[in-house]
Amino acid sequence: MKNKILLLCMAFILVAAFALPGCVPEVAPPEEEEEEEEVVEPVKIGAIYPLTGPLAAIGTEIKQVVELAADIVNNSYDIDLPFARGEGLPGLGGAPIEVVFADSKGSPETGLAEAERLIEMEGVVALIGCYQSSVTETASFAAERLAIPYLNPESTYPGLTDRGFKWFFRNTPHDYTFSETFFKFLEDLKEKEGLDHSEIENVAILYEDTLWGVGTSDAEKDLIAKKYPAGAEYNIVADIAYAHEAASVTSEVMKLKAANPDIVLMASYLSDALLFQKEFKALDFNPKAILAMDAGHIHPDFVSTLGADANYIFTREVWSLDLSVVNPLIGIVNDIYYERHGKNMDGTTARSFTGLMVLADVLNRAGSTEPEAIREALVETDIPPEDLIVPWKGVKFDETGQNMYGEGVISQIIDESWHTVYPSEFALRDWVYPQPTWAER
Amino acid sequence: MSELFIQVVIEGLLWGAIYALVAVGLSLIWGVMGILNLAHGDFLMLGMFGAYWLAILLGIDPLIGLLIVTPAMFILGLGIYKSLITRIVKAPRLTALLATFGLGIFLRNLAHFLWRADYRMLGDTLVGDRVITVSILGGTNFISVPKLLAAGGSLAATALLYWFIKRTKTGRALQATAMNRQSAALMGIDTERMYMLAYSLGIACVGVAGTLLTNFFIIFPEVGIMFVLFALVAVTIGGFGSIHGALIGGLIIGLIESVGGFVGIPALKQALVFAVFVIVVVLRPRGLFGWAD
Repeated sequence: MKNKILLLCMAFILVAAFALPGCVPEVAPPEEEEEEEEVVEPVKIGAIYPLTGPLAAIGTEIKQVVELAADIVNNSYDIDLPFARGEGLPGLGGAPIEVVFADSKGSPETGLAEAERLIEMEGVVALIGCYQSSVTETASFAAERLAIPYLNPESTYPGLTDRGFKWFFRNTPHDYTFSETFFKFLEDLKEKEGLDHSEIENVAILYEDTLWGVGTSDAEKDLIAKKYPAGAEYNIVADIAYAHEAASVTSEVMKLKAANPDIVLMASYLSDALLFQKEFKALDFNPKAILAMDAGHIHPDFVSTLGADANYIFTREVWSLDLSVVNPLIGIVNDIYYERHGKNMDGTTARSFTGLMVLADVLNRAGSTEPEAIREALVETDIPPEDLIVPWKGVKFDETGQNMYGEGVISQIIDESWHTVYPSEFALRDWVYPQPTWAER
Repeated sequence: MSELFIQVVIEGLLWGAIYALVAVGLSLIWGVMGILNLAHGDFLMLGMFGAYWLAILLGIDPLIGLLIVTPAMFILGLGIYKSLITRIVKAPRLTALLATFGLGIFLRNLAHFLWRADYRMLGDTLVGDRVITVSILGGTNFISVPKLLAAGGSLAATALLYWFIKRTKTGRALQATAMNRQSAALMGIDTERMYMLAYSLGIACVGVAGTLLTNFFIIFPEVGIMFVLFALVAVTIGGFGSIHGALIGGLIIGLIESVGGFVGIPALKQALVFAVFVIVVVLRPRGLFGWAD
């Protein structure tokens, strides 16, 4: 009997330790060495992403898009992006960029270990990654300790830039900025739809329970407590955290139904976003609107998997394919990506792409691969909006390392694709509010 | 409120029945062979992909696909038994544990390699997204038809397996092998065949569960992990080796998860399930219906 219990415990440890972060041991294959004709050594950049585990779909796409960015820098392309027309980085004697990928498996511990390995064993001069805020937090800790610049393109937990780190820089706007966009959008919505305040009053907050989801919900609660913007009042009728690897989300949806909110603010990764949307339909849950914090809700699989059932979700975005009307570069880069991988980019991959392009600009200006020189170049970064494929005012870091010029937009899924609906200068289509009930669809 | 509470209980029972079918196969394999099949969730994933590809490539609805996937999974179970499991049956239990764990990793990575990490879902199935409206205690409740089918199929498969083991000659031989391999062999039972049968039946069970899940659940290479941990808990609660124990264990877990998440804090619903697991291991290690040994 004792044996059995021992065995059972062992089984649990095995499954839980490996499975819960959802992963499989796998070492990232070393990049193939170039033919040794060139005199210029490539500049090695480390990139840590969840290439296996539940987030592998997103991690793999980020890897593809980072490779595309490196390819655009290293080879000649006829595009109006910096470094596209030449080969390599002129500031470093035409050195190409070599991206060394590592698999975080979606786990903060692995992310930390891989960051150390990339810096100490692979000798990378800078790091990018790791998508998930919880992994970025630990990986950037290694970079800080070993004094290597870390540029984070897509993690939005606000606290990441509040740690007083010297070597940590973040391109993307964070969740506090994005949450502000939510509430500004709601004011705009009330005004344009002529809604009385009481019609959008009861709010439910639904979020996955790791660093990112919790940070987002904290920002939202903080803004509601502050009556942002200008005295807007909301009641939080449900505050629900959930584990994003759960198979059943029924009890969460039932709790939402019991609370009967006007709007739901969601922060979900992909598999959970899909499960919730299915369950909303199955259990006939009909809020007036669902406002989502990108991630799962902006992933192309969200729409391709759910089809018309994905419609009417509002999501904050940093990118949208329809913005190519305003900024043609978006369409051009997306076309190359589509041709190679048969999919459109999304707000996540657009930011990862931007991350590597910004780092290329930084390395070029640094003119050296010394960490201190790269850091100085990062501090001096000032990239204009026309060099970006995201709708920002540019890239310039403040003293905490946060990009001051990042901005968010709000998209709505209409007819199975994302359309920018806010702010009005980017809006190419009217929103649908309130969302039709499941019976009406 | 009572209307919602009844809904929560319904959902808990539906999910519980699905967890149970995964657990039943696991319990059967353990009961007869003493092997904890850690690749069980990954077989579930294979069953789901099997049903998915039948629907996408050949236009066979999962309900009919059930008749193809289940025997196919049985045969796959035979193949895996012949090539791998037969070598580890007599090895120390830890060896078997690690072997099935490795097999799980292999299957998961194979799925990654063959079908990429993408999330998939079947759109047009025979059952679709149909919902039955029922009236219980004056309130209106919904029952999702694909979930009901999965739960019903799960109960039916469990009942069939139970009948097979308790009432047929082969089933009795299985039981005898489970109790004592040597004595069973002395009575003229081909225990090797019994092992093979138990393993294949266990895999066929997740074939049924996987196929029925494709009617409403997302399909991706890591999907099995979501279920196998709960199945392990269900087997522990029900008692290792017990078919009806695994069923009741599954239902209990479904209810704890659903009701616990609704009444308490949703973020802690998994913690609740594992808390019950710990309590059972400490207070009644053989589970509710387990065979003492």
